[in-house]
Amino acid sequence: MATQHSRMAARLMVAPSVGLLFVWMIVPLVTTIYFSFLIYNQLYPDRQGWAGFDNYYYFLTDRSFMEAIWNSIVLVGGVLIVTVIGGILLALLLNMPFWGQGIVRIMVIAPFFVMPTVSALVWKNMFMNPVNGMFAHIAKGLGLEPFDFLGHAPMASIIGIVSWEWLPFATLILLTALQSLDSEQQEAAEMDGAGRLSRFIYLTLPHLTRAITVVILIQTIFLLSIYAEIAVTTNGGPGTATTTITYQVALQSLYDNDVGGASAGGIVAVILANIVAVFVMRMIGKNLDA
Amino acid sequence: MGHITLKSVRKTFGEADVIPAIDLTIQDGEFAVFVGPSGCGKSTLLRLIAGLEDVTAGDIQIDGVNATDLPAAKRGLAMVFQSYALYPHMSVRKNIAFPLKMAGMSAAEQEAKVQAAAKVLNLTAYLDRKPGQLSGGQRQRVAIGRAIVREPKAFLFDEPLSNLDAALRVAMRQEIIELHQHLKTTMIYVTHDQVEAMTMADKIFVLNAGRIEQAGSPLELYNHPANIFVAGFIGSPKMNLITGAEAEKLGATTIGVRPEHLDIVEAGGWSGVVGLAEHLGSDTYLKITTDQVGTITLRAGGEVHLRHGDAVRLAPRAGKVHRFGADGKAMA
Amino acid sequence: MARKPTTAAKTTVTLLAWGIGLLIFFPILWTVLMSFHSEGDAIKSPWDMLTSVWSFESYAEVQTRSNYALHFFNSVVISVGSTLLALAIAIPAAWAMAFVPGRRTKDLLMWMLSTKMMPAVGVLIPMYLGFKNMGLLDSRLGLVAVMTLINLPIVVWMLYTYFKEIPGEILEAARMDGASLRSEIIYVLTPMALPGIASTLLLNVILAWNEAFWTLQLTTHDAAPLTQFIASYSSPEGLFYAKLSAASTMAIAPILILGWFSQKQLVRGLTFGAVK
Repeated sequence: MATQHSRMAARLMVAPSVGLLFVWMIVPLVTTIYFSFLIYNQLYPDRQGWAGFDNYYYFLTDRSFMEAIWNSIVLVGGVLIVTVIGGILLALLLNMPFWGQGIVRIMVIAPFFVMPTVSALVWKNMFMNPVNGMFAHIAKGLGLEPFDFLGHAPMASIIGIVSWEWLPFATLILLTALQSLDSEQQEAAEMDGAGRLSRFIYLTLPHLTRAITVVILIQTIFLLSIYAEIAVTTNGGPGTATTTITYQVALQSLYDNDVGGASAGGIVAVILANIVAVFVMRMIGKNLDA
Repeated sequence: MGHITLKSVRKTFGEADVIPAIDLTIQDGEFAVFVGPSGCGKSTLLRLIAGLEDVTAGDIQIDGVNATDLPAAKRGLAMVFQSYALYPHMSVRKNIAFPLKMAGMSAAEQEAKVQAAAKVLNLTAYLDRKPGQLSGGQRQRVAIGRAIVREPKAFLFDEPLSNLDAALRVAMRQEIIELHQHLKTTMIYVTHDQVEAMTMADKIFVLNAGRIEQAGSPLELYNHPANIFVAGFIGSPKMNLITGAEAEKLGATTIGVRPEHLDIVEAGGWSGVVGLAEHLGSDTYLKITTDQVGTITLRAGGEVHLRHGDAVRLAPRAGKVHRFGADGKAMA
Repeated sequence: MARKPTTAAKTTVTLLAWGIGLLIFFPILWTVLMSFHSEGDAIKSPWDMLTSVWSFESYAEVQTRSNYALHFFNSVVISVGSTLLALAIAIPAAWAMAFVPGRRTKDLLMWMLSTKMMPAVGVLIPMYLGFKNMGLLDSRLGLVAVMTLINLPIVVWMLYTYFKEIPGEILEAARMDGASLRSEIIYVLTPMALPGIASTLLLNVILAWNEAFWTLQLTTHDAAPLTQFIASYSSPEGLFYAKLSAASTMAIAPILILGWFSQKQLVRGLTFGAVK
């Protein structure tokens, strides 16, 4: 159904979306690139001029840069591992018949709707606080020394919090995929003498592949830009233990007021994200064609 | 009115030349059928006339007016789709009234026309139902109702019966024929089923690979197929096409004999053995492996008691042998 | 599996599922419970807190300390406003992509989604300065605009997958019936895609409601949504657990309820239709 008229109309109708997104992408990006070559610190307004590649040089050679990359990888990777494995197990469990499925489902999905600032604050104060938190109370009850989660295992703690937020998403999608599993196929495999484990490995898991990719892709999009959870809980610390690339750039612009340096960092972050994006988009594209 | 003329109409999709160049004329009030195997371009041709696709080159005239650049909505044609394409969120009444609403007709006029159409199509009791609550045949009638209220210059049907079961198909075929006799409006009907084409058409256009192989009345096509393709396509069971020595005897590359034009004879003719005998009651179809012309089909009466393995002799009826040259065209 | 499981097996699964469900839900439950106690009781051991007197004093205090109604209103305006705006821009685009696909339609969709992957921090500074120059800092209008653009790719994607399921013949029928493009979209496409549009709306309201980067950076008070309201309870001034709990409950309750009602539609939306 394509005539000159409809093609023309189609172009007109796509134009606003494309135009807006293009402006939204390109204007700030170009400005950021421009700033990244300037000496521009709001604390020292008298020092101005071209910086050349100095901003990039300082950002990239800063010891904390490699650390921040590593932290980003650990955070995203950690959450993906926890949520995918946890999600599969949980989906398998929830797919079995039991009493009160509806209510359990509602409880499991709930964390996804909680805003990141709230979940970070609740976990930080009510649970992980070494004095008054729930975990501290439990430890004391068992006669143990309370553990300072955010002080001594900051990255693991943040991974835990973020995983709690995203586990429902993974579970829900994997559960939906499980429910479309062909039960006759399972029964045929059973007739062929396949045990529970081999049925899971040879039938269920391949069936879930598509859903698992989708979970990984979509979570990656959101996990790359994690900000609130870190800002609320550790502020990137202790030291730089939980400073990701995203957070480092934010720190530089918001706290150091180093616009030039932060812009350079921002551009580096954009380039890194684009590398991930190209990879991720390829996979999404393949997945949707299938 | 509904006189439709196509002048060297061409359609390409990218590299693919779906319709190389077609000229055709459909007279006002004619029931025209485009028939051909799937992929022959018959639906594309219909969509070109409808305005749902652009022609790559050439002109389409409706009632003498060049409609090539008119959008579908402005051509004054109505179309019944293979899937019926009813609006699932609207009641039958609203479905039928939709074109009237688009034309800006008043609510009272709309209702009057809907009622009239519903009466003709036996839909009065179903006006408040949604399409999802109707049977296949009823949906088909709603689609037709939606088409007739517009009083279009011509109706376009795109394989409208292919989603119905066999019995309903025959009944709906009858209804469409009666509708045409009643309305006397031009109809263009696309189908891959040559039986539909033969039973419904005033004029059949046989299409193959985007070309019109032959156009004419059903009996013209049956009696005088212009080429091997039409000969093999029109008629059921298919015409027996024979090549080799027997054809050469008649000075042709290929000869064709319809199964109903073969007779079982006592002596002479071709000798063979019955392979398969299909007893339909009214007729018997015999697949006979002959010594001279390979396996051919013969249509005999219902009371023929030949069985698998029986030896028979058969001969084509005089004057009923079609001869085709090396180019596949019929020889005079 | 057509076989009926044994009661023992079903009981085991029930216990396990409820246990894990409660565990996952517990932080939310505990927050709500804590919000109904006084500050002094909130830091007691769990058992002591539960058995202490229930009170609404934290809610009262949150009310006096901050203007919940204002922030709630801002959240509603920003999330619903930006979603509706995005829908208005995206419906025509999704129509075009789904029904008049070109060679580059897939690439265009990919590109749109890829703008979501651009780290916000990368463009924070020009955005901040631009907003400052245009006087849009801490304005609802500015935030609606930003959230519209942030969610636009997802809205286009979701609508595209929903529209693709509508047979093109029905739209062609409308065209043959004399409908203009506008009528075709208003009378035929939109009503048919209503369930899909509704779930797109829901998901994007939820995403916008919970967005916590731009809302935190570009607002201070007047246009601050609930994310900012909650952030103001993050710095400890004396005892604050009960107040934080009350504020948290107030911030998440509306969206939690909305989410629970729409969870079925959410799955398809969230996966861009890739998982059914």
